[in-house]
Amino acid sequence: MSTFVYMTRCDGCGHCVDICPSDIMHIDENIRRAKNIEPNFCWECYSCVKACPNHAIDVRGYADFAPMGHSVRVRREEEKGTISWKIKFRNGTEKNFVSPITTKPWGKFIPKLADGDKPNQGEINSQRLYTEPEGLNIDGELPTVPKESFKKGVYY
Amino acid sequence: MFATNPFSILAETVPSVVMQGFVVLMILLIVAGTLLDIIHKKNVKYFFENAKKAKKNATKELTTGERIAVVSKTIAYDIGTTSELGAGKRRVAHLLGMYGTILFWIGSVVMIFCYSSANAETPTIWPMIWHVGALMTILGGSWFWFFLRVDVYSEAQPWYRIIKADLFVLALIATSLTGFIWSYLQSLNLEGRWDANLFLVLFIVSNLVLFGGVYWSKFAHMFYKPGAAIQKNLAEADGSRDNLPPPADAPEQFGLGIKREQPKHY
Repeated sequence: MSTFVYMTRCDGCGHCVDICPSDIMHIDENIRRAKNIEPNFCWECYSCVKACPNHAIDVRGYADFAPMGHSVRVRREEEKGTISWKIKFRNGTEKNFVSPITTKPWGKFIPKLADGDKPNQGEINSQRLYTEPEGLNIDGELPTVPKESFKKGVYY
Repeated sequence: MFATNPFSILAETVPSVVMQGFVVLMILLIVAGTLLDIIHKKNVKYFFENAKKAKKNATKELTTGERIAVVSKTIAYDIGTTSELGAGKRRVAHLLGMYGTILFWIGSVVMIFCYSSANAETPTIWPMIWHVGALMTILGGSWFWFFLRVDVYSEAQPWYRIIKADLFVLALIATSLTGFIWSYLQSLNLEGRWDANLFLVLFIVSNLVLFGGVYWSKFAHMFYKPGAAIQKNLAEADGSRDNLPPPADAPEQFGLGIKREQPKHY
């Protein structure tokens, strides 16, 4: 499954770009709306779905095991501190859940990122994610796999 | 300058029928560009299919009166104040650009069609509307372009990186800016000096780019976005809600949620 964006709903605010842990929500160069640039790398974490203030992001199920007709949608209400889910099955069964937002306020347990150092353009363009490699408890460079160690003929 | 109709001065050299023909041509370009866009993106078809789906999922049949109430409220609030942008700088910049452009276009059409003949007396209000509209568009558009664009604000791209999505906003700023400068130079009574003519040519070119580029630019969003807002609010009212869960009804047990930061964590 991967996320996709309803273009008429998106207003290009950037919340999904900001929150995506896989860094695959980007801004389209033709219409300045969000898009998932690499659906294969989507973690299905629903972070962007929940963060979108316009409910413009949805998750598409693979047609073989989640055929057309089902739906999993979510409404996040910050002011109430709630996350509501609506699960719709193919046979019409509906399940509704409401749970509290358990995310701690910014700056308490989550670092207040806006107060941190602004990254330079080199860091922004780098493949590394925020706090890498220190956050992975690695000294120096990220580990690499030498190309010659690849098995031949099995990658496609 | 703010009280002078720039098109009546232009009418001394260019017949007003030519100016009126230019406006009609621009309207035809908008219609053609939007129709091509609709055919290419199939978005109107999508809208109607979505509306059919919503009707099937509706839990409540809306009366005509309720529909009219929802649509009127959407026009007055969601569309009129671009509420989807939330409270903040993006909304203010958008409102400046939106109302500036509307004033600029209405001012242009009225002055060209009613007061562009050489001996016509233009009421002061129309040139005022035209110039204020141009200034508002320049201010809102430039604010958006330099600081608030999502590419700059959330993706940390440099402000000078130009992409296809910028065609609309840049053409809009260029039209208002060149029009405003042309009007200013004309008011100096330069007797056809090269720079006044240059800005007139730039004003015409930027209009051609703005209206001729509808198919390639984001111009048509001013038609689609209101449609999407009306559909969204009708879906909320009839209970289909695009499959979204209803707003939570037991907030007191969970207390206050968190206030998220603006998307600037590139």
